[in-house]
Amino acid sequence: MNYQYVLQRLLLAAVVVLGVTLVVFLIVQLIPGDPARVSLGMQTTEELVEARRERMGLNRPLLEQYGSWLVNAAHGDFGDSLITGQPVADQIVRRLPATLQLAVLAIVIGMLIAFPLGILSAMRPNSALDVFASVISQLGVAVPDFWMAILLVLLFSSGLGWLPPSGYTPIQDDFSGWLAHMILPALTAGLISASIQTRFIRSAMLEVLHQNYIKTAHAKGLSERVVISRHALRNALITIVTVVGLQVTALLSAVVVIEIVFNLPGLGRLALDAVLDRDYTLLQGSVFVMAFMVSLVNLAVDFTYFLLDPRIEFA
Amino acid sequence: MTANQSVAQLDLQLGLPPRRSLFQDVVHRFVRHRVGMIGLVITLLVVFVAIFGPVLAPAPPNYMSFTEAFAAPSLAHPFGTDDFGRDILSRIMYGARVSLMVGVISVGIAATTGTLLGMIAGYGGRIVDEVIMRIMDVLFAFPTILLALAVMAILGKGINNAMIAIGVVYLPIFARIARSSTLKVKHEEFVQVAHALGASGPHIMLHHIFPNILAPIIVETSLSLSFAILAEAALSFFGLGTPPPDPSWGRMLSDGREFFNQSVWIGIFPGLAIMFTVMGFNFLGDGLRDALDPSMARH
Repeated sequence: MNYQYVLQRLLLAAVVVLGVTLVVFLIVQLIPGDPARVSLGMQTTEELVEARRERMGLNRPLLEQYGSWLVNAAHGDFGDSLITGQPVADQIVRRLPATLQLAVLAIVIGMLIAFPLGILSAMRPNSALDVFASVISQLGVAVPDFWMAILLVLLFSSGLGWLPPSGYTPIQDDFSGWLAHMILPALTAGLISASIQTRFIRSAMLEVLHQNYIKTAHAKGLSERVVISRHALRNALITIVTVVGLQVTALLSAVVVIEIVFNLPGLGRLALDAVLDRDYTLLQGSVFVMAFMVSLVNLAVDFTYFLLDPRIEFA
Repeated sequence: MTANQSVAQLDLQLGLPPRRSLFQDVVHRFVRHRVGMIGLVITLLVVFVAIFGPVLAPAPPNYMSFTEAFAAPSLAHPFGTDDFGRDILSRIMYGARVSLMVGVISVGIAATTGTLLGMIAGYGGRIVDEVIMRIMDVLFAFPTILLALAVMAILGKGINNAMIAIGVVYLPIFARIARSSTLKVKHEEFVQVAHALGASGPHIMLHHIFPNILAPIIVETSLSLSFAILAEAALSFFGLGTPPPDPSWGRMLSDGREFFNQSVWIGIFPGLAIMFTVMGFNFLGDGLRDALDPSMARH
């Protein structure tokens, strides 16, 4: 393994994460209003506000505040919520499972739809299936995620009565209840993800299928299944991994919206509540954790490239 | 007789088709692009409705008639009415203005700032490039809607702030495209010659590099318009964008959400309007991409 590549990529990820911490820290500095005053509510005195400012360290120089926030964040301490007074880290830990479960289910659903559809439509260009895949892709990109969520609720909850319209049951409490609550949100995110992935998988496969080595494989008398799985798909994987990786970032954005529509207790819901309640520390913590997750996914995608094709070098 | 005329006459004698300019070539390819033309027609239709909405709409967008609340689609109200008896078709027509305005201004912010930063990164030295692109990487690390939420927390609710928030979110995309295109163009001979003749950096960027990186920027602008419209709809759906009672497609879906079960049209038509418009811009972007750079055309 090229250790120089790994080291350079890790260094770049560290720089990005450090930049993320700076942006997240600055969000609170730039938000109009005084966090100390917000945490004390309307009925308060100037003395109490000043004492709270001192306790929260808001009177210290900005660089010192950032330094201490960074050290605390590195230890998993994002401060206390201005509204509830509870540690932000505890709230994030409570909300993280719903977000991760939704994201994983959505990726699985998206890939289960996109891989067969993308590969089959590339194998039979301009067929009825190809046209169907193309229409689905275009629709999926154009439909707002929150509207698709509403339509699915109208159909499967209000219309057919098969699934609950919103809410969440922890997986450890009741698996079937968890599944019933997660199907619609995961389906919404999965369908959107599938529509984008299908387009790229088809495109990547089409490009590979026109290469000479595929014609050679056919000429050797190999079956179509072997040609596709052993020769075409492996070479199209770099593009596919890129798209799936980018999709995870886009998916986390969709997950925020979908959590809000389905009232799922995830990080997205937490962030919106923090904005609406002007809970700055909570916003800071939840935004940081989401951005950190995106950085980790990007890093994982880059390492996957390297495993798939060792010729790749750091640009 | 000019050189061009003699070439044209020679072509005619040899039975060759008339030569076209680069622009004519692009137009020719675009006109033959079926999906692109559908996109252009949809986009023009939305622009027409946005401009002439007040003249064409059957009723003022905020006119309430409680006796007609929840009226199903009919000749009088083709898309039905909402809980306040407001005509949904009229509100959608006015909403087109909001969506287009947000799309154009926010993408304008992202395209101008992002392109400028991308060109500076690509043309400037290694340190400038590293600094600008690492900042863009940091912005890219935030899920888009979350970054928009954070920017709106700083700026406050409202349509103007929503436009700035969406502009900030899509800025890194333009910066990356402009940078990679600038890196390709800056080693071309015409840029080297301009440099050798003593042209300044800003002059070279504006007069020599910018016109040559315009094609991918135009394509990205069209595609980003659709994302911006979706983002505005989402922000308004959360109650952070267009304030009530002004009609915005996202706001209409948010306000009418509790009535979708009993009056499904309240939830269907604004959503269809968003989908139709976004599809139009996507198709237009696909057509422009294939017309401006045939080598980028999809299979």
